Amino acid sequence: MQFLVSVLDDKTNSATPEEMTAITAFNERIMADGNWVFAGGLAAPDAATVVDNRDGGAIFTDGPYLESKEYIAGLWIMEAADLDAARKLVVEASKACNRRLEVRPFL
Amino acid sequence: MSDVEETITRVHHEEWARVIASLTRRFGDLDIAEESAAEAFATAVERWPDDGVPPNPGAWLTTTANRKAIDRLRRENKRDDKHKEAQMAYDDPPEPLGVIDDERLRLIFTCCHPALAMETRVALTLRMVGGLTVPEIARAFLVQETAMGQRITRAKAKIKAARIPYRVPAGDDLPQRVSGVLAVLFIVFNEGYLATSADTDPVRHELTAEAIRLARLIRALLPTDGEVVGLLALMLMTEARRTARVSSTGELVALDQQDRGSWDAALIAEGHRLVRERLAAGMPPGRYQILAAINAVHTSARDVRDTDWSQVVALYNQLVRVDPSPIVALNRAIAVAELDGPEVALATVDELEDSLAGYHAYHATRADLLRRLGHSQQSRAAYDKAIELAGNTAETAYLTRRRDQLG
Repeated sequence: MQFLVSVLDDKTNSATPEEMTAITAFNERIMADGNWVFAGGLAAPDAATVVDNRDGGAIFTDGPYLESKEYIAGLWIMEAADLDAARKLVVEASKACNRRLEVRPFL
Repeated sequence: MSDVEETITRVHHEEWARVIASLTRRFGDLDIAEESAAEAFATAVERWPDDGVPPNPGAWLTTTANRKAIDRLRRENKRDDKHKEAQMAYDDPPEPLGVIDDERLRLIFTCCHPALAMETRVALTLRMVGGLTVPEIARAFLVQETAMGQRITRAKAKIKAARIPYRVPAGDDLPQRVSGVLAVLFIVFNEGYLATSADTDPVRHELTAEAIRLARLIRALLPTDGEVVGLLALMLMTEARRTARVSSTGELVALDQQDRGSWDAALIAEGHRLVRERLAAGMPPGRYQILAAINAVHTSARDVRDTDWSQVVALYNQLVRVDPSPIVALNRAIAVAELDGPEVALATVDELEDSLAGYHAYHATRADLLRRLGHSQQSRAAYDKAIELAGNTAETAYLTRRRDQLG
């Protein structure tokens, strides 16, 4: 079962060298344990483009679909048996990257 | 109430959580479990008066609820794997008791999962483990029935969607998760013991009784957990004083004014026995065990003048180390007033203003200390503030009388 772990922040690409080291160590460990699927940082919302082609003739909007102070600055996709197993990983991930995280299962 | 009705009530208490737990394991769905269990109990209410109570009511209810669940799945045409699985498992021989007890424990831990909001955990535990109806829970927490129904429905949906496992947590996780379960029971108990609203009875026995019943269940399921024993002991000794705590005119009677002869001796004896059991275990006590020990000291004194205040303060010192919250500091100060005098206590209490200015007990404590020090005017102001913030009718009556007695 896969979980999306969103990194919540009001800045992008803001990890300190210490945080980067901790994140790398965490990633290497969960890769070894078979929990790692994917991870990556995201460009800031001002780099976002919203595309609406529901009615044909695509409309492009500059900026994110939702304005908020905090946004998703990065993400992990993790493999875990259930929410308890995922929570354990996310508790460590939050410590490693020193950010608040949101965890949601894929359907 | 007829014999059969009494039996049904008792069986409902004893078997509800088992039936829910067994169905949840089989169908993997709290919704189906709850609705089918409710239907099975409704069928029992219909049939048992004529047919008589079956020799094994629990097994009858589980079988009936299973049948209802399968009917429901069939009606809803959910012919998925779960349905097939359920049908295959349908004629299983009944599980040995130990397995079912594990199931109940799983149910409790699922309802008290930390991914759920605390108020949701309370509601879900009362519904799924306690078997209270949605209107009963709504009444207990003064919310609309529809809102409470929605809260429980959403909680069940979240358990499913967020992939909250139906499981007793293992190893390292267990103590932390037990503390969440105990917190839920303590909220239920306290709401019963000191109802927070002016719209209900000041003391609500149905909630204190339910919290104690569930604590006993958890103790039976987790007999070696010291904090479970501690909380049960604490609740028993508190419950023992319940009837002495409100006067015939509906006013709160403070501990030092209570008629100790009307305390429930059996509950106190049981609480003391549990506290001794924990002392004998020789393990460092947690919050509930220390609170229970404090209660044991209070309930050991035949007269308030015999209270061993140095022991009480020593226990509070221990509690402050485990739980350094301002509320604990406030309660410690109340004991310090008895040992070292109100002036020493007042100095400590005044330091808590920043954190407790919105808490009625802070102002009530200050008012009492100021009164004892002869500062009538300041005391009156503190009583006013306490009365403004208190929600419990018995407490408001008590504080008002104390204020009006000031010279």
